[in-house]
Amino acid sequence: MKGILGTKIGMTQVWRDERLVPVTVILAGPCPVVQRKTAERDGYQATQLGWGDASEKRTNKPQQGHFKKAGVGAQRHLMEFRDYSPEGDSVTVDIFEEGQALDVTGTSKGRGTAGVMKRWGFSGMPATHGTKKKHRHSGSIGQRKLPGRVYKGKRMAGHYGAEKVTALGLELVEVRKDDNLLLVKGSVPGPNGGLVVVKESKRKVK
Amino acid sequence: MKYNRGAILRSIEQPHLKSDLPAFDSGDTIRVDYKVVEGNRSRIQAFEGVVIARKNGKGISSSITVRKVSFGEGVERVFPVHSPLIDKITVVRRGRSRRSKLYYLRDLRGKAARLKTDVARQERDRAAARAAREQAKNQDAE
Repeated sequence: MKGILGTKIGMTQVWRDERLVPVTVILAGPCPVVQRKTAERDGYQATQLGWGDASEKRTNKPQQGHFKKAGVGAQRHLMEFRDYSPEGDSVTVDIFEEGQALDVTGTSKGRGTAGVMKRWGFSGMPATHGTKKKHRHSGSIGQRKLPGRVYKGKRMAGHYGAEKVTALGLELVEVRKDDNLLLVKGSVPGPNGGLVVVKESKRKVK
Repeated sequence: MKYNRGAILRSIEQPHLKSDLPAFDSGDTIRVDYKVVEGNRSRIQAFEGVVIARKNGKGISSSITVRKVSFGEGVERVFPVHSPLIDKITVVRRGRSRRSKLYYLRDLRGKAARLKTDVARQERDRAAARAAREQAKNQDAE
């Protein structure tokens, strides 16, 4: 599937006709093609793209060899796109057209250890009526002697964020080919400056 | 990969920003000529009142709250400053205020809800307008 790697720059707004549209700006490409996998040799067809400059010195020898073979400089990120074979030796933003739907994948902002209210949206305990030091707690987490244990997958406090999240079916508002920028309607997972993967979507623009 | 986040975002906003806006602040009385679309006809409607708040900075998301008293009823409208629906903004009167958000005007009625004219700034406006006229005249003469 068609795709490109990029960096989330941040959010702003643009006027489209008479409406103010919220957009996320993504700096994407040109991504060099590092490897082409074929069904005969590798068992499946895919294209490996690179993104972001990396220090040659800090790239290990196997990877240096990999990049040398492709004839590209050291890349910070590598990613495969299945069933996609772009023409030429790099991919730029003009593979997408304005108005089409995109899926954007990123790593969500890490929130560390978070309680049930932030992590799962629980309502917490009452503010008054005798609640003691349990205002942001969950309620009961199970039954009695039967089953006598807490069920697996019970939603509790713990590590939240810093996980792979995909925003589906976002509208592509504008493509700036000269600046390698994509303007996507709405928000995109992850912090500004984070890696995002932009793919064409099976969904339709709402 | 080196990039300047702020510069990129500004370059996105730039073409949407208006460059011909007059300088005004909260406390000033302004007239906003706003395009109203009725069916397939569009006309311009003026809304004149006191700016009681400027919000969200100087970028594309900046907005103003304009308040007027119409038939004894307070009316407030929030305009996105850089909206393409705003045809023109003109400063009618310079008011003197000591704070940036004039929400206290909502609680006041009649005479108490007036702001003193900032004569110094108004004079400066007049001087600037005069200078502009002179310059235009000189250019015509040449």
